[in-house]
Formats: sequence, structure tokens, C-alpha cells
Amino acid sequence: MADLHRFANPTRFLKLAAIIQPWALAVFLLSAAIGLYMAFFTAPADYQQGESARIMYVHVPAAWMAMFCYTVMAVASAVSLIWKHPLADVSARASAPVGAAFTFLALATGSLWGKPMWGTWWVWDARLTSVLVLLFLYIGYMALQGAFDDRVRAAKASAILALVGFVNVPIIKFSVDWWNTLHQPASVIKMGGSSIHPSMLWPLLIMAIAFKAYYVWVLLVRMRAELVANKVRILRLKQVHGG
Amino acid sequence: MKQFAFLVRRDLSLAFRQGMDSLLVVVFFVIAVVLFPFGVGPEPGTLSRIAAGVIWVAALLSTMLSLERLFQTDYDDGSLELLALSSLPLEVTVLAKVTAHWITSGLPLIVAAPVLAVLMQMDTDGFLVLVAALLLGTPSLSLIGAIGAALILGSRRGGVLLSLLVLPLYIPVLIFGVSAVDAAIGGYEFKAQLLILGGFFIGTLALAPWAGAGGLRQALE
Repeated sequence: MADLHRFANPTRFLKLAAIIQPWALAVFLLSAAIGLYMAFFTAPADYQQGESARIMYVHVPAAWMAMFCYTVMAVASAVSLIWKHPLADVSARASAPVGAAFTFLALATGSLWGKPMWGTWWVWDARLTSVLVLLFLYIGYMALQGAFDDRVRAAKASAILALVGFVNVPIIKFSVDWWNTLHQPASVIKMGGSSIHPSMLWPLLIMAIAFKAYYVWVLLVRMRAELVANKVRILRLKQVHGG
Repeated sequence: MKQFAFLVRRDLSLAFRQGMDSLLVVVFFVIAVVLFPFGVGPEPGTLSRIAAGVIWVAALLSTMLSLERLFQTDYDDGSLELLALSSLPLEVTVLAKVTAHWITSGLPLIVAAPVLAVLMQMDTDGFLVLVAALLLGTPSLSLIGAIGAALILGSRRGGVLLSLLVLPLYIPVLIFGVSAVDAAIGGYEFKAQLLILGGFFIGTLALAPWAGAGGLRQALE
């Protein structure tokens, strides 16, 4: 636990964040460039789905990130409720809009992909429905954050909500295995090795790294902005009260 | 246990003395269902096809409407703080208030549901399963709702916010509640869906008072 609290100090965090942030941006730009190039030019078109299968290189990483961001949010919420870690609140709050954007991106690209493949923009299958619920949970979380004048109160209430909503994440993960659905089952990570060919797997993984680096970068930008905003507020209050 | 029963009785007598309040939930339930024949047309075929879904969705919405008052009145007049200070664990307090909420708003819905099923031309095979599914499902709705009701205390625009927080979490109950009735009407096995609804009930019974009490504690700080 001592290690965790070493980074609870916002000043120390800000220093560390300033070092990591340009690297995260560099990793994002580099891997996005390589990943997109491979996705468009070196990866083969799918023998069944043709060129439209290339949507996968955005759709799958976005869907992974949608679940990953919620998991980060739930873990950070638990940490903030249990240990009152001051940065945990900030990181949970900063993750929510990013996660909501990824969820929306996954739904939108999935819809675009579904039209040529399944012949419909939307089906009410278990995977799609549970991801839609995830989007609602993100929106509810952000709405609850904004509904209180007292920020401590807002952080605690939404932390509890994030933990309650976490039940949905395993449901999304296993929905394609539990229910027989139109959405294809897990093919990248499964027992007995991946069932996807390396020429398609590599661009996918590189895009996943790009998305993750983007998330780290945005998260750090948002967290630093919020810490600075806090400082500004405290200074203003001092000015007012110090007169 | 005595305190628990006392708290339930207190909430019930408060609800009954306000008379119309808990009745209004049933009236909303009936009106919401009755709107559908006007919306989709009175053909018996169409109505009986959607009957189970419409009744369940209306039950969800009317449960949600009554949730806002679950803790709000006690929070406003300060009795919630007294309840929190009493020797009774806050989790048990939440459970008692949820029990009273279910008796005043869940139970009337279950009584009204068969009448609405007749109006919606539902196949008679589904009646008993509909009542059983509602009996197992509505307590989960009250329990999940208690978490939302505790979280929104003292917030701005609580009512709308509550629907945004609670309705996504209601979806699993809705899915299995409707599919149990549809299976019974179609002549299939419906025991699995009822067992899952029972599982939801037991799961929320174990977890929701805990999360709800957490919500209340941070509201009272």
C-alpha cells in the first residue's frame, strides 16, 4: 500500500504525468500511423466480407477500450471509496467521457459494419444491447457527477454507481458465449490460441496499442487540467477570503 | 427484527395516511398500459403479441416513479439522520424501507396486472406466469431502485436523473420477466426464466441494501 500512496501526492503525480504524457502521445501517433497503414494496405481483405472487414481495426479496439475504461473507472472508484485516495476520484471522473466516446465509437462502427454484413444497422442481440447499456451507464455516471454542487458528494455518489454498474462488464464480455447471437464469438483471445490470421492480428494489436496510448494521453491531459483547475479555485477562494 | 417490523409499519402507515399517493402509482400503471391500444391499434393479434412486454415496461416505469420518495421525504425532514443514528444498522433500515416500498407500490401492480392482461388480450396461459414473474421481479426493482434513490439525495433534478441511473439496471429483469411470460404463452418451458428472476431477487437482496446504505451514508455526511 505504501507504493500506492507514494503517488497520492498530486505534486508528485503532476511531475510524473509531465514526463509520461509526451511519450504516450508519441506512442499513440506512431502506432496509429503504423496500424492504419497495415490495416489499409498490408492486411488482406476478408475472403467473405471483402474490404468492409477493415472496419474491424477501429471497431474491435474501441470496444475493448469501452470495457477497459469502465474497469479503470470502477477500480478507481473502489480505491477512492476505500482508501480516500485523492487522485482516484480525479482519474475516475476523467475516464468517464473518454470511455463513453469509445463506447459510442464501437456502436457506430459496429452499426456501419453491420449494414453491409448483416443487412441491418442494428439488431437486438446480447452483445449490442449490453454495450448500449454500458453507454447509458457512462451517461448516468457523468450526469450524477454534474448533479451536485458539492464535489466530494458527487465523487462519492458516482463512485458507488460505477461499482454497481460494473456487473455489466462481465455480461458484455461473455454475452457472445452465453447467448447464441449474430455477433461473432471471441476470436482474438481464447483457449487454444487466436483463430485470426497473423496478417490481420498484427494490425489489430497495433491499433489496440494506439487506442490505449491515446487513452493514457487524454487521461493525463484531463487529470492535469482538473488538478490545475482545483489549484485555481483554491487561489481564487484565498483571494476572496484574504481580501 | 422488532425494529425492522416497526420501521416497515411506520412507513406503511405514513403511506396509507397519505392515501392517494400509493394509489396514483397504480393509476399511472393502468393509464400507461391503456395508451398502447390507442398507439398501436386495437387488433387483438397485435395486442396479445406485445401484452407481456407492455405490462412489464409499464411496471418498470411506475416502480421508478414512486422511487423518488423512498428516502426523499425522510431526508428532507431529518428523520433519516435519526434513523442513521439509531442502533439499527443502516443496511437493515434500507431493507425495511424497500419492503414498505414494495408493499405500497409493487404489490398493487401485481394485483392490477391480470386485469390489464385481459384488456391487452393476453393469452390466458400467460396469466399465472405473469403474476409469478412480477412477484419475483418487482422486489428486485425496488431493491435496485433503492440504490438510485439513495444516490440522488440532495442533487439537482433528482427525478430525471433517477430514471437515467436505474432504468439501465432494470433491463435484465425486464428481459427475463417478458421471456418467461412469452414462453408460457408459446407452450414452452418457463421454469428457467423464473429461476433466473429468483436469482436476481436473491442477488439484489444481498447486495442492494449494502450499496443503498453506502449511498445514504455519503448523503448524510
